Amino acid sequence: MIEFDDVSFRYDAGTPWILRDVCLRIPEGEFTLVVGTTGSGKSTLLRAINGLVPHFTGGEFLGDVRVHGRSIRITPPRELADVVGYVPQDPMSGFVTDTVEEELAYAMEGLGVAPTTMRRRVEETLDLLGLDDVRVRPLVALSGGQRQRVAIGAAMASHPRVLILDEPTSALDPGAAEEVLASLQRIVHDLGVTAVIAEHRLERVVQYVDRVLVLEPGGVREGIPQVMMTDAPIAPPVVELGRLAGWNPLPLTIRDARREAEPLRRILVGRSSQRPHPPVGVRRATMDSVDAAYGRTPALRGVDIEVRGGQVLAVMGRNGAGKSTLLSLLAGMITPTTGHVQVDGVDPSRLEGPELVRHVGLVPQNPTDLLECATVADECRLSDRDARVLAGTTRALLALLAPDVRDDTHPRDLSAGQQVSLVLAIILASRPPLVVLDEPTRGLDYPTKSRLAEHLRDLASQGHAVVIATHDVELVAEVADTVLILADGEVVAHGPTSEVVTSSPMFAPQVTKIMSPGIWLTVADVESALAEERRA
Amino acid sequence: MTATAIAPDTIVGTARLGRWTHPGAWWLWSLLLAVTASRTTNPLFLILLICVLALVVHRRERPGGRTFTFFLRIAAVIVVIRVLAQMLLGGAWGDTVIATLPSITLPVWAAGLRLGGPVVLEVILAGFYDGLRLAAIILCIGAANALASPRRLLKSLPSALYEFGVSIVIALTFAPQLVHDIERVRTSRRLRGRATRGPRAFAGAALPVLHSALDQSIELAAAMDARGYGRMGTAHARERRFVVALIGVAVIAGAIGLFGLMAAQVPAVLSWSLAAGALGAAAGALVLASRHRNRTVYRPDPWGRSEWIVVASGALTLVISVLTTALSPLAMNPPTDPPTWPSLPIGALLALVSAGCVGYLSTSRPEETP
Repeated sequence: MIEFDDVSFRYDAGTPWILRDVCLRIPEGEFTLVVGTTGSGKSTLLRAINGLVPHFTGGEFLGDVRVHGRSIRITPPRELADVVGYVPQDPMSGFVTDTVEEELAYAMEGLGVAPTTMRRRVEETLDLLGLDDVRVRPLVALSGGQRQRVAIGAAMASHPRVLILDEPTSALDPGAAEEVLASLQRIVHDLGVTAVIAEHRLERVVQYVDRVLVLEPGGVREGIPQVMMTDAPIAPPVVELGRLAGWNPLPLTIRDARREAEPLRRILVGRSSQRPHPPVGVRRATMDSVDAAYGRTPALRGVDIEVRGGQVLAVMGRNGAGKSTLLSLLAGMITPTTGHVQVDGVDPSRLEGPELVRHVGLVPQNPTDLLECATVADECRLSDRDARVLAGTTRALLALLAPDVRDDTHPRDLSAGQQVSLVLAIILASRPPLVVLDEPTRGLDYPTKSRLAEHLRDLASQGHAVVIATHDVELVAEVADTVLILADGEVVAHGPTSEVVTSSPMFAPQVTKIMSPGIWLTVADVESALAEERRA
Repeated sequence: MTATAIAPDTIVGTARLGRWTHPGAWWLWSLLLAVTASRTTNPLFLILLICVLALVVHRRERPGGRTFTFFLRIAAVIVVIRVLAQMLLGGAWGDTVIATLPSITLPVWAAGLRLGGPVVLEVILAGFYDGLRLAAIILCIGAANALASPRRLLKSLPSALYEFGVSIVIALTFAPQLVHDIERVRTSRRLRGRATRGPRAFAGAALPVLHSALDQSIELAAAMDARGYGRMGTAHARERRFVVALIGVAVIAGAIGLFGLMAAQVPAVLSWSLAAGALGAAAGALVLASRHRNRTVYRPDPWGRSEWIVVASGALTLVISVLTTALSPLAMNPPTDPPTWPSLPIGALLALVSAGCVGYLSTSRPEETP
């Protein structure tokens, strides 16, 4: 169905090749996962399938890609639209119309599908993706999960033979991600569509796919997931646990892993993840029966929290549960309708300019909004001046967080992980006692994520209080000592990570699910416990 | 059996979805009101007309519209600028001097304009009436924007003009998006401890805003291309070249024809025939181009009773106001020298009622099912 013949691509002569001599065949009806570290060319490979690379990007393109027998060298993306459906990384940026139904029909209108057929297919797609309730709703009023499903529906309603998805679950909470992937699997199985998906969060997808492509600097390797996962550079916790315990064949699902884990659970009975109790440092922030609303829509109701120095609090919950609102309140971006928010004993919404950053630093969901200079070096100098600290402070912080960032790079050309690191360095230059991060791991690969996690733990040990809003249960398992779960603006759970996370399957990390009833959070915990057991 | 026998709206039921009034009807209505506004300087009538526009927008606005407030601000700025300009630059006719500003008379080569000098009530009133008229016209366009999504209007465009229409729609929706982005970047700057007001803050926000706007446009263009926007259809290269040539001829002939109609020296027969030729060529190009575009439309907006009501209301408003002007010309264009208190003839009131009734008589917006 899809054939790559010696494909090489780079943006400009003289720049490094992004794809180099890629040869591969993807047969019809296969569900293929593309894996690789940030910047390994996943998106480029995907966009070459419908010709957006090179027709849209320009650059130097060698070799050929054939889809359903058509060569992309001579066929522009629009003429491939009847064969390939493409779901971009950020669904909102690809929406052309105003409402759900119109968006689903858009591609079919362009292809000239008969009105009655079109009507029927829109109805079928609404059913298949569970969007019937929101059919007339404007796209801007949808939740993240609904938007993602609309984007998938819009790509598949015209019945293309091939579906390409670029990180379809990166912005979604665990529940919505499962929903989206389940619908996707249904499409692949029921309609025999060939699907190619790129995804950083392997723990969510690897069990669904037929085949894995690993993009490495040396080239592309492919194979069935069980084999590829034994030595892939990035792997989900279930695989890492399997590697640690030496299970063969490697389990990819919780179900398979639980069957294999019986002996492991027996060895470790009586032990559990050791986490320091939430420390009792200085009180950094409090929220006192806080209500918040946007216009007439309530966003938070009766929230009481207290964050102390040395604590890492993770705020979890569905898309739209009020996580970002809670963070905005802490950073003084909005004021509560009732109740009080205090950071270091002052109301953060009263603070202006540098005064605010000395109390609380927030890394927003779109870190690029904060960047305004043309090079990383300028950005760091500006930050030193704003924070009134010694020249070079920000740069030194950045070097700690992301060692490989060069001074003359444009901030927009950094990878997602590097951008988060840069903004974090800027925020940390003022040494705010309270550091707040909104979805910091979106688009980060496992190595970058674990570096970030390490740094957040360092911050906490230096006495900072850290609050993160995230969908990433594995990150929570790694760094947080306290978890707060919000639903519909209300606190539904609040307590130590090991208690909150292990008590609900939706927010439980993979290791917890495999090792229950024992209380385990990460592979590293299991590893150190095993080492102790051996010594004993 | 084909499903063609089933009317589009019976499949899901109009009752649940409701239906938007055709965007074309709203645009016609607004344009007719704009013509009405352009024919009068009666301040009472104009202010009430603006109120009627606001009322109809309030009752029939599409969700996510919210552009009317933006247009209201522009309108207010226009009135203020017009009055100020009249105050500083306006003539010195009229007797009711309110104040005297220090005056500068510019030399003859600078058109001999007078800056400042006596501020005369008559002059200010004339500026105010004129500004109000312009504001009302602009608000008519603003109302159309809020009542009918320009994207929905696209659906009714002939398929040959589709690409042209899309570029206009993207240009129209770019500004509101920009406003939204500026807001977002400003709050972000506060997080960094930087100023959120003043010219420096604005300059600092400009770069990220333009960056993200550019990124978004590129993303949108890529997504549209990937979804088949601008597919060639079945036309051969030669036919497409012919269509392009026809459009070129239409544009040139139209321009010359229009010039001829306005300039006195060109014989009227020549101007009219050129204009007619331009129209013919344009129509021919449209027909030819449409034949090879196999675009279809999903649930096309039907044109029914509600649409007729909306258009009729606009037309009736214009007719009544024309009649009123003919009957009492002074009332619809009240004199400013000497200043008189404007009055509102009964005909003007009727016209306003006719314009406002669509807020109650057109089909209501679809209620969302929770």
